[in-house]
Amino acid sequence: MKRYFDIYRSMMKLSILEQWQYPVANYFYMIGMIAEPVIYMVVWSTVAMQQGGAVGGYTPAEFAAYYIVWTLVRNMNVVFTPYGWEWRIREGQLSMSLMRPFHPIHTDVAYFAGWKIVVIILWLPLAFALTLIFKPDLNPTFVEIVVFFFAIWFAYLIRTMTLSLIGMVTFWTTRVSALFELYFAAELILSGRLVPLSLMPEWIQNFAWFFPFRWAFGFPIESLVGNMTTNELLTGLGMQIAWIVVGLIFVNIMWKFAIRKFSAVGG
Amino acid sequence: MKGFQLAFNYLRIGILNEFQYRANLYIQILQTFIALATGLIGLQLVFSQTTDLGGWTQPELLAVMGVFTLIGGVIRSAIQPNMERLMEEIREGTLDYALTKPADAQLLVSIRDFRLWQLVDVITGFIILIIALSQMNWSINAWSVLGFLSTIVMGSIMIYSFWLIITSTAFWFVRVHEIANLFEGLYAAGRWPIDIYPNWLKYGLTFLVPVAFAISVPSEALTGRLTLQTWLGALALTIFLFILSRTIWKIGLRNYSGASA
Repeated sequence: MKRYFDIYRSMMKLSILEQWQYPVANYFYMIGMIAEPVIYMVVWSTVAMQQGGAVGGYTPAEFAAYYIVWTLVRNMNVVFTPYGWEWRIREGQLSMSLMRPFHPIHTDVAYFAGWKIVVIILWLPLAFALTLIFKPDLNPTFVEIVVFFFAIWFAYLIRTMTLSLIGMVTFWTTRVSALFELYFAAELILSGRLVPLSLMPEWIQNFAWFFPFRWAFGFPIESLVGNMTTNELLTGLGMQIAWIVVGLIFVNIMWKFAIRKFSAVGG
Repeated sequence: MKGFQLAFNYLRIGILNEFQYRANLYIQILQTFIALATGLIGLQLVFSQTTDLGGWTQPELLAVMGVFTLIGGVIRSAIQPNMERLMEEIREGTLDYALTKPADAQLLVSIRDFRLWQLVDVITGFIILIIALSQMNWSINAWSVLGFLSTIVMGSIMIYSFWLIITSTAFWFVRVHEIANLFEGLYAAGRWPIDIYPNWLKYGLTFLVPVAFAISVPSEALTGRLTLQTWLGALALTIFLFILSRTIWKIGLRNYSGASA
């Protein structure tokens, strides 16, 4: 246990130092990311205004709150991508990580967790600017803030698990980009990234229950923005933990079979 | 004349090159299909709540989506690959090889790459456009066709000039990949009518990043919204951006000192 704690601490320290060197590049990346929610926000605010002030229970100010919190959750959702796995496997980069006396996934989790700390610090002024421009309606209670804090980190872990699973498919075939694209499209629709899930038709909302997507995206946002009961908030956290456990089990099983398939191409 | 011949030769080589990787065509078709499906779902969601968005009806916005897909295909097949290669070569110092060739350097760096399979998007865009126009009970009108074709060409030139300006900044700042990423984010704004955006964003999308002129103006031509003023404005902006991009490219080139070779 102490050993893992040390590994995590040093990896996180390393990534914070590394990423702090590129604030401008990190900023451009974040600003590029912000274009997407701003577009959704404007479109839905326009619809809400045309419909007499609200659509699906959201007023323009509530859409603003949803999509500003969206930007933080989206940043928390950035993990080692399946394309990274593809590169890592194709180029034989994995050989090096395999030499270390612990599972390579620990390196990913720790590295990106450290990066998140830099990202959150850089995100604060952006959120402030967006708040001034779009005037969101956001009054979270203390409980909601606490739940949100845990929910974004759980979301990070869920997405790490799911994207690692998808990425590991590269152990069997190197033609994976189509699969990745399909996955991302399903995620866009079913996670609450495109629109709050409550605006979706009933059957899509029910359908979304069977996937991890909403727990990694829509739930953290709604925990802060929406008016969820304490019961709903706890159920959400429970679902998140359940998906993390399921993800962990699957990653471990898949890894066992996958690693036998690995033959370094280079590196 | 010689320029056209050169462009044609590069195009031929580019196409031959793409034919080596035919399986990519199927991947491209799948990707186009996914992008189309998510786009249509977004449109459907909006129009399940309202009958018009900023004065545009569903078939009209479908036409906008057609133009968006079409121009996106042009960008990804002809403009973006060349500019990304240029960025890479400025950084690596291998631009020397292009500069020593006896042709205009700007022409040369703009025609070297061509991604044939991306034309799937251009074709798909056209099909969406035809479906949208038939839903609108559109009757063929020579003026709107001419307006549409001319604004599509102008829009493509504007986007090209914009990309060249951004890419030329690589002569000074080495890391510009993030700016390319920023462009992609802003380009997505072109899916929706430009009038719904708040003013600062509207002007930004019109003059800083010419997304409005590339997508909205051709769509306006098709839906009978184009005025002569807008058309003349587009023409003026096209000429201005083209000259500006050439100037910045020339200044940048003077700044270039081959790092290797």
